[in-house]
Amino acid sequence: MHQLLQQIFSGLAAGAIYASLALALVMIYRATDLVNFAQGEMAMFSTYIAWTLVNAGFPFWGAFVITLFASFVGGMAIERIVIRPVENAPILTAVVVTIGLLLIFNALAGWIYSYTLQEFPSPFPDRILFGALMTTRDVGVIVVTLVMLAALFFFFRFTPTGLAMRAAAQNPESAQLCGIHVGRMLALGWGFAAAIGAVAGIMVAPVLFLDPHMMSGVLLYAFTGALLGGITSPVGAVIGGLLVGVTENLVGTYLIASQLKLTVALLLIILVLVFRPNGLFGTAIVRRV
Amino acid sequence: MSGGQSKSSTASWQWLGGVVLIVLAMALPFALSSYHVFELTQVMIYAIAVLGLNILTGYNGQISLGHGGFFAAGAYTAAILMHRYGVPYWATLAPAALICFALGVLFGLPALRFEGPYLALVTLAMAVAMPQLLKYFGTWTGGNQGIVLTKPVPPAAIGLDRDRWLYFLVLIVLLLAMRVAANLLNGRTGRAFVAIRDHPIAAAAMGINTARYKTLAFGTSTLFTGVAGALAAIVIGFVAPESFTLFLSLSFLVGSAVGGIATIGGAIVGGFFIVFVPNLANEISDAAPWAIYGLAMLLFMYVMPRGVIGTAEALGPSLTRAAQRFRTAPSANKSEWKT
Repeated sequence: MHQLLQQIFSGLAAGAIYASLALALVMIYRATDLVNFAQGEMAMFSTYIAWTLVNAGFPFWGAFVITLFASFVGGMAIERIVIRPVENAPILTAVVVTIGLLLIFNALAGWIYSYTLQEFPSPFPDRILFGALMTTRDVGVIVVTLVMLAALFFFFRFTPTGLAMRAAAQNPESAQLCGIHVGRMLALGWGFAAAIGAVAGIMVAPVLFLDPHMMSGVLLYAFTGALLGGITSPVGAVIGGLLVGVTENLVGTYLIASQLKLTVALLLIILVLVFRPNGLFGTAIVRRV
Repeated sequence: MSGGQSKSSTASWQWLGGVVLIVLAMALPFALSSYHVFELTQVMIYAIAVLGLNILTGYNGQISLGHGGFFAAGAYTAAILMHRYGVPYWATLAPAALICFALGVLFGLPALRFEGPYLALVTLAMAVAMPQLLKYFGTWTGGNQGIVLTKPVPPAAIGLDRDRWLYFLVLIVLLLAMRVAANLLNGRTGRAFVAIRDHPIAAAAMGINTARYKTLAFGTSTLFTGVAGALAAIVIGFVAPESFTLFLSLSFLVGSAVGGIATIGGAIVGGFFIVFVPNLANEISDAAPWAIYGLAMLLFMYVMPRGVIGTAEALGPSLTRAAQRFRTAPSANKSEWKT
């Protein structure tokens, strides 16, 4: 029982990171109907920025805030410069553009920072809580994620910009007619997604160590989480991410402890999707003929 | 000139172009070094794989991120048959095709319930799982070490060396694959595929059995890709789980988009892109070749969002029209140039 709880908690901590990145994916999907394959590499690049700042002597949380801001601006710039030109192109074209971005970020990080593993400082002391049930690091990751989610919730629920962004995502034409600058809202969406990804990257780096390939596995889990929750639902993305984290941990502990655990976890999730093809919280899209 | 005539004249031009290309493809291996022949063989193998993906993604609108997995299935089928059972290399193509068709149909059945990103996830899972499964069943697949195959010996009567013999073998399979794809896609089945892609509900209302055609598209697509995998195993003479990563699946998708997603000829352009652009990028920049590769992808997509062949097809009629205008009224055109 103790072991089970322990595994669930560390699964939740991993899941919180998947949930953040899943949320970033959902944000871009809702705004532009596009799965951003570069999301993980963007987060990885942001983490390198934080790493540079910390090494330059900035305090951890100072570097954290600067990185979030830089990622936000960077995300907006990417939308403006890279994504806007293929906005009306076939969907596969846009997908290929994000794959191109993935390669560019990965190669740039390798070029600037080399492919060696770097140690990333953890802001949380590594202590054991509640009789080895969880570590302070896990609790810290979960708390940071929760704070971020709360902030996002309040932003989208209670600010005019948040409302405008939701409107632009839901119905671009009508939003445009109401005087909302849809293009700017899309750019903001990419900015937020990049910043959320940066949080995920900074939280996962102390565990995985920093290298240009750090996020490729995480992105897969995040994608799975986003779809399990329903790709159109932000709440679903968070719950999906957490479920994926816990499932992965439990499968690894109790079912099969080999290389196959990823496969088994994916299979379980696909099994769920066979019965709920729009995810747990996604809405079925009704089409008119 | 009436519409009918110009149509038949473009058709005959296409036919002529095809013949020229085939003659060129037959002559090239004698003008190039063995290494370049090997590279071109790889281009053609990737072209077959991309053609398979085109059938599914381009014509039927189902995005797959897992075709690397089917490529691997074809490669391992050929490798295991050759290595364990001593089957001659040329006899492994048909079993690989059959097995990959069956796998594709099996995969296509649950895929009927999925759309867009959900199908992408399911196929992605397949691509991710494949290397791990291959390692897990080590007694069959040789685990991490993979299987080293003896390279095929060309028949003595033909008098070609190995690289050139394999080149012609792959060329024949490619031409056959393109012919089969063209027959399939230009006929009733192809129209059904496209109708389902463009409007599934309307297609069903017109009496197309959507489930059957979607599954068929999946099976045909994986059949092509599986044959390409088998050819890769034969030509390279080695299979290992690490050759079939997610990146391979993404490369197929990139090749498909760069060439032109709902075109048959685009697959060849895609093959060239997958093989040669990374090499070119390496020559441009030692430090970050993949960044150059990524940039090339962005550039292609900006300049030709419908792919090389797709753009050429879209430009084709306007170019023909311009040529006709030039032919019928050369004097007018000249005077325009003067001013």
